[in-house]
Amino acid sequence: MQVYLPIAEMSVNALLVLGMGWLVGFLSGMFGVGGGFLMTPLLIFIGVPPAIAVGTQANQLVAASVSGVLAHWRRGNVDVKLGVVMLGGGVVGTAVGVWIFGILQRLGQIDIAITLSYVFFLGTIGGMMLVESSRAILRRRAPTARRGKLHRHIWLHGLPFKMRFQRSKLYISALLPAGIGAVGGMLVAIMGIGGGFLLVPAMIYLLNMPAGLVAGTSLFQIIFTTAAATLLQAATNQTVDAMLALLLLIGGVVGAQFGTKAGSRLRGENARLALATIVVAVALKLAFDLFSRPDDLFTLTMGVR
Amino acid sequence: MGLLAKLRPTKRRLVQGVAALAGLLLGGTVAATVWAQQLVADLSSHLIAITTGFTGTEVVLFGTTDGAGDVAIVVTGPRAPATVRRKERVAGMWMNTDSLRFDQVPSFYTVAVSRPLDQLVGRPVLERHQLGLPQLQLPADATLPPEQLAAYRSALIRNKQRQGLYAISMGQVAFLGERLFRTNIYFPANVPTGLYNVEALLIRDGDVVSAQTTPLVVSKIGFSAEVSDFARNRPVTYGVAAVIGAIAAGWAAGAAFRRV
Repeated sequence: MQVYLPIAEMSVNALLVLGMGWLVGFLSGMFGVGGGFLMTPLLIFIGVPPAIAVGTQANQLVAASVSGVLAHWRRGNVDVKLGVVMLGGGVVGTAVGVWIFGILQRLGQIDIAITLSYVFFLGTIGGMMLVESSRAILRRRAPTARRGKLHRHIWLHGLPFKMRFQRSKLYISALLPAGIGAVGGMLVAIMGIGGGFLLVPAMIYLLNMPAGLVAGTSLFQIIFTTAAATLLQAATNQTVDAMLALLLLIGGVVGAQFGTKAGSRLRGENARLALATIVVAVALKLAFDLFSRPDDLFTLTMGVR
Repeated sequence: MGLLAKLRPTKRRLVQGVAALAGLLLGGTVAATVWAQQLVADLSSHLIAITTGFTGTEVVLFGTTDGAGDVAIVVTGPRAPATVRRKERVAGMWMNTDSLRFDQVPSFYTVAVSRPLDQLVGRPVLERHQLGLPQLQLPADATLPPEQLAAYRSALIRNKQRQGLYAISMGQVAFLGERLFRTNIYFPANVPTGLYNVEALLIRDGDVVSAQTTPLVVSKIGFSAEVSDFARNRPVTYGVAAVIGAIAAGWAAGAAFRRV
């Protein structure tokens, strides 16, 4: 069944898009990440213009993170105070990101900027996860592991503007969560992803937050950064396709339910290893495309820009 | 048909059997002119409606001549500026380095002929009527050495052909007998919206002796039109609506699957 996308101005197979939404929703339910890092390259692959893929993906992530946060909210796994501080940085980061997006688009360098950020962030985070989860699996097999310290103090924890976060049992500088939020906001605007795969490890390793609160709190602030990104992209670049977002959403919601069930049967480190493998594979594929000679050295852009 | 009636003044006198057939096809609303035009052509539809289920469409162009001759059809989409960018290897990566802007690039271009053009007319005539891709006028924004300009120009055409918006080969105008002709013009699913020009040319003895231009409108209709109008005319409200819709959908999904 073909459906015409009014903003992307192209016709797509509705079942294909629903299936893509389902697959990404399944993976995000299984691993507890947004899955935007898979969806944007998939959309570009089926021919959606990169700018519209990024803008629409932000819109779809609003819905995905709202439904995700509800489940965490009911279990009391959201630190609202920390989330709001992160959000303060997140809105600034999103605005800066949309501004950078516009400049790069005018310079004709937006495609390579998107690809390079994907290769850099996915490669780094995926590589780190790969090492960490393989170590955890090896340690489980050889049970000689010693218990680490509960908190490690590094220079980041000596920054000013200290705040107390009762819910997370933390007393840290407000600059830290705000800074993490700002980086997340920039990723939403430039890469069309929620940034969960970056926020979650940062909150665990840099903030030393209790693991149970991390997913709910990062989703909580992702709602607002993706909403801000949707609004800014629609108002300035007109790159939000409501029809495409709706199709992705329907597939994603259903897929996420199956994914959550499948995920509950996976051990934590095995799930992280599987996710890390997918992330690294996407990064390698994008890096390969970047360095291999394109079929046509010339590209065409219609319109004023 | 109302549009058609406005476009061409209808005249009374019918010209023999061929025109009667054309009149039949048009539902009897059009007749030929008093002084017997050399060329009369029309489209099966003057509006291509892009609805939610649109997957591309075909329009039939048909017409008649007043005697032996050849016919060429040129379909041109609305013109807009376009930028062609060239990639080069920088530190091992392929990235855009140079670019050239073209003004007035037709968003769509296709030609159909009854016989290969090089058998019909000389180069000056081809250029005057922009007949065929090599003759298509694409003014560039900057002055470059001819070979570089040619590389950018051919890249523009190549990219358009890959999108299916410039025809790779010329279409065929088929004659039924000596005077009645027809051709099918195909518009793909990604056809740009706007006002198109369909030009029919009658060629005799190495020159264009008669021409007729018919407009064709490509427009989004129904739901897809409402969405794109909303997004373009009130972008901020559209953004707010998109966010509210997403929050509602996410909330509904979360609530619906609560018990699962």
